[in-house]
Amino acid sequence: MEHAGPEEIRKHLRLYMTVFGSLGVLTVVTVAASWLPVSVPLAILIALMIASLKAFLVAAFFMHLVSERAAIYGVLIVTVFFFLVMLIIPLMTHLGQHVLDHVT
Amino acid sequence: MSAEIPYITKPRPDTGLTNGKLGMWLFLASEVMLFGALFSAYVLLRVGAEEGAWPLGSDILNVPIGAVNTIVLITSSVSMVMAWASLKMEQPGRARVYLAVTLALAVLFLVVKVGWEYRPKLHHYTVWLVDGTSMDGHLDGAVDAAADHIMFVPDAEGDEHPEAMQISREQIKRISNFGPSHDNYLGIYWTMTGLHGLHVIGGVIAIAWFLVPGMALFRKDPEMYTNRIEYVGLYWHFVDLVWIFLFPIIYLL
Repeated sequence: MEHAGPEEIRKHLRLYMTVFGSLGVLTVVTVAASWLPVSVPLAILIALMIASLKAFLVAAFFMHLVSERAAIYGVLIVTVFFFLVMLIIPLMTHLGQHVLDHVT
Repeated sequence: MSAEIPYITKPRPDTGLTNGKLGMWLFLASEVMLFGALFSAYVLLRVGAEEGAWPLGSDILNVPIGAVNTIVLITSSVSMVMAWASLKMEQPGRARVYLAVTLALAVLFLVVKVGWEYRPKLHHYTVWLVDGTSMDGHLDGAVDAAADHIMFVPDAEGDEHPEAMQISREQIKRISNFGPSHDNYLGIYWTMTGLHGLHVIGGVIAIAWFLVPGMALFRKDPEMYTNRIEYVGLYWHFVDLVWIFLFPIIYLL
């Protein structure tokens, strides 16, 4: 997108407004979904799914990731991997302690 | 002989990227790790909390205000991308308007956050008594360090209008405002929203610079200016992305 001409950019304006409208609707859906009478784990899953969809729209269209170069995808794949490692390692220690608490 | 730094406006042939774009994405990757560490801390604190000890976000925080701030940030993301698009369509006047709108919305976010969220929390207290009970409310008047009691107005329930009540120091086990030391939930709330707020301030400074003094670069080299607006836009969209996850996790769950 960095080297797109004025005409190509003009075609994307409607897309940006569509994404804007979608993000607004999804924000309302996020709040409404929090009122559903479901268990906490399911509520967390629903909230994260809606947030991920909103994040995808922002990243793909506002940050132009949908038409970005392979080098950027490579950076992001490595980042996501280490982010998941950072999320999972503390949880593993917590789960390990949980198992120990039940055994002893 | 002067050497010009290559790949400022023309991309590298191997990666297809300019220096600024690659640099900004690498910086954002580091920011993912920064905020990711705090999200990880939040997850660990929450799953490690005793049954019933972790409050529901909507019981402590104002969800409508959080939702309004979410819409404010999303709108600012749109105006930011429209500013860049206007520059690509060779409409610098329109780009300035969109940048000004982005700046105004960013400042509005901060005003709402500090004025309607942070400030009330610093004036809202929990008193834990030695008998094991606790009360939420406000202090009535200034606290006299030499006095042997405090005057406390408990939060109203329903249509009640509670009067100020006297609580002697001997009855008080602990008293705290709804600041970061109140409990783990508010500790992680203040840390994550505070760090996010600092990033919003950083964005405000960058956008303000490009709107006013930085405009001189547009007259000198419009392509370089447009690219830099794109890079600032990437940073701003990332700030919006963090809030997109923060809002439901902290406010709604």
